[in-house]
Amino acid sequence: MSIVVFVEDWNGAYKKASFEAVGYAKNWASMIGAKVIAVTSSEAPAAELADYGADHCIQISLGQTAMGIAGQLEALSADASGVVIAGTSLGRSVAPALAAIKESALSTNTISLPLGTSPLQVKRGAFSSKGIETIELSGASPIISFVPNSIGIENASGEGVIESQEIPATELLQVVGTEVASGKVALPEAEAVVSAGRGLKGPENWGMIEELAEVLGAATACSKPVSDIGWRPHSEHVGQTGIQVNPNLYIAIGISGAIQHLAGVSASKTIVVVNTDPEAPFFKAADYGIVGDAFEVVPKLVNALRAFKAAS
Amino acid sequence: MNILVCISHVPDTTAKINFTADGTSLDPAGVQFVINPYDEFGLTKALHLKEAQGGSITVINVGPATTEPTLRKALAIGADKAVRIDATPMDAITVAKELKNHIEANSYDVIICGQESIDYNGQQVPAMLAAMLRLPFANACVGLSIQNSTATATSEIDGGHATYEATLPMVIGGKKGLVEEKDLRIPNMRGIMSARTKPLEVIASSETGGLTSAVAFEKPAGKAEVKMVDAENVDELVRLLHEEAKAI
Ligand SMILES: Cc1cc2nc3c(=O)[nH]c(=O)nc-3n(C[C@H](O)[C@H](O)[C@H](O)COP(=O)(O)OP(=O)(O)OC[C@H]3O[C@@H](n4cnc5c(N)ncnc54)[C@H](O)[C@@H]3O)c2cc1C
Ligand SMILES: Nc1ncnc2c1ncn2[C@@H]1O[C@H](COP(=O)(O)O)[C@@H](O)[C@H]1O
Repeated sequence: MSIVVFVEDWNGAYKKASFEAVGYAKNWASMIGAKVIAVTSSEAPAAELADYGADHCIQISLGQTAMGIAGQLEALSADASGVVIAGTSLGRSVAPALAAIKESALSTNTISLPLGTSPLQVKRGAFSSKGIETIELSGASPIISFVPNSIGIENASGEGVIESQEIPATELLQVVGTEVASGKVALPEAEAVVSAGRGLKGPENWGMIEELAEVLGAATACSKPVSDIGWRPHSEHVGQTGIQVNPNLYIAIGISGAIQHLAGVSASKTIVVVNTDPEAPFFKAADYGIVGDAFEVVPKLVNALRAFKAAS
Repeated sequence: MNILVCISHVPDTTAKINFTADGTSLDPAGVQFVINPYDEFGLTKALHLKEAQGGSITVINVGPATTEPTLRKALAIGADKAVRIDATPMDAITVAKELKNHIEANSYDVIICGQESIDYNGQQVPAMLAAMLRLPFANACVGLSIQNSTATATSEIDGGHATYEATLPMVIGGKKGLVEEKDLRIPNMRGIMSARTKPLEVIASSETGGLTSAVAFEKPAGKAEVKMVDAENVDELVRLLHEEAKAI
């Protein structure tokens, strides 16, 4: 028996969400007495995956697109008792494509380990985090796609046997170009997010936001109107109709906290709000709040954090 | 060009979400339903494509009769024809199968879905549909141009963008960027009047069952009271984040 886990890499190194995925698979596998098979195209040392619970590492040249990869995972998971895929941008396309070709049950947005395995039940976020659904998955080889950062990374030991396989990927479209900002933290997986809204007055004021993000190793994000007016790229828009984030720390600066914004960020573990208006609705959803002007508070916070980092 | 826009009927973004007393489903009382915001971008994109190159736009929903006002609204915005597959789907795979059956029986050049529905936030139907139909698929699609039978699609990927080229037909999971917010169409009086006479065909469901089921819904635990920190004392915030929240 086995649980197959899709391991994504980023420029050859395993993604953090991939370690979380292997750990997820390990937890599930130990509930049913199965082994963890990690599927990766990375040449990074397989021992790294064994440290999170991988028993077998299949190295394979993975396809370039979700469809190509889903076809390969189908072949590799034919006998599997289940499949685990992190909910990264790629994972969010691979998981449903795989579910369709395998005719397997799928839970996306999963935020818990299996509550039970016969039947398989997990918790998942629904209605933009305004609800939590306990879902039951039936049939053979169900697929779990989880929200990055929702489970956490844990060390576990796996056998770490490595083998390589060749399965050609069938692509249905052609990739003609990719453009990826190097070194940027991808929002859905970020452990810390610094987000700013219309309170910042204009795009020229984002320097201090980027500085704050840099000290924290955080990704930057923004409210919807900010990307609508073109102050920041669409890809930074978080909320119900943007990217949903789940970091340990979410700092909201000059954002009022409209229900649609909260819907995409309220799953964050710790929320800090900086706003001039003590009545801003965001304070109700925050853990820590500062009533103050972003232009004064943010530079001070950057300095205080730098001092803290230097001292620790 | 024959364009199919898949429309999901969802609670309005400002809706307060409540669950039925037994906790197994959404309580629709007092909830206003709308076209899924992601699908509004898709519908407007379809109108742009039609205006540039001619063709016809069909909007489709898999759902019970209560979703018809949403389809009528899509007609008022400018779709030519609506189809409702009469079913109360259990899960995304069932929705995708119903859509697939319809698509196979008709011929569409582009199938535009939204990246995700804001109700169950599955982000499942479009990729499933593409996989079932063995068609090219671009998720998180923020740009689409079509020349003859070739589509060029731009998708958001982690940390950037990818550009794809595909031979039609293809499936996209679209979002803001496909068209700009300011270009979104809203129904005007003429649209509303003409929507009344546009065809809304109801097709019987061809699938049963599903692979997942909702056991229970709950609301997330409420937040504890916010701790306010003085603006002059950001060091205190740093201390709290480190010692109390363990967030840094
Ligand atoms: C269908 C739909 C979907 C939507 N989806 C989303 C979504 O996904 N994400 C999203 O974010 N929004 C979404 N919205 C928009 C949402 O309703 C709000 O309009 C939006 O979040 C407000 O953005 P904001 O807080 O940046 O701006 P504002 O509401 O204008 O708030 C600016 C805030 O900055 C504060 N401020 C001003 N000056 C300063 C200063 N110097 N220092 C500190 N604070 C200051 C103000 O007190 C105010 O609270 C959606 C709306 C609709 C209708
Ligand atoms: N019941 C449905 N009927 C028609 N289209 C749907 C339905 N559910 C989902 N879709 C389409 O699939 C997209 C993604 O939905 P989901 O997979 O539910 O997140 C939506 O934006 C719609 O385009």
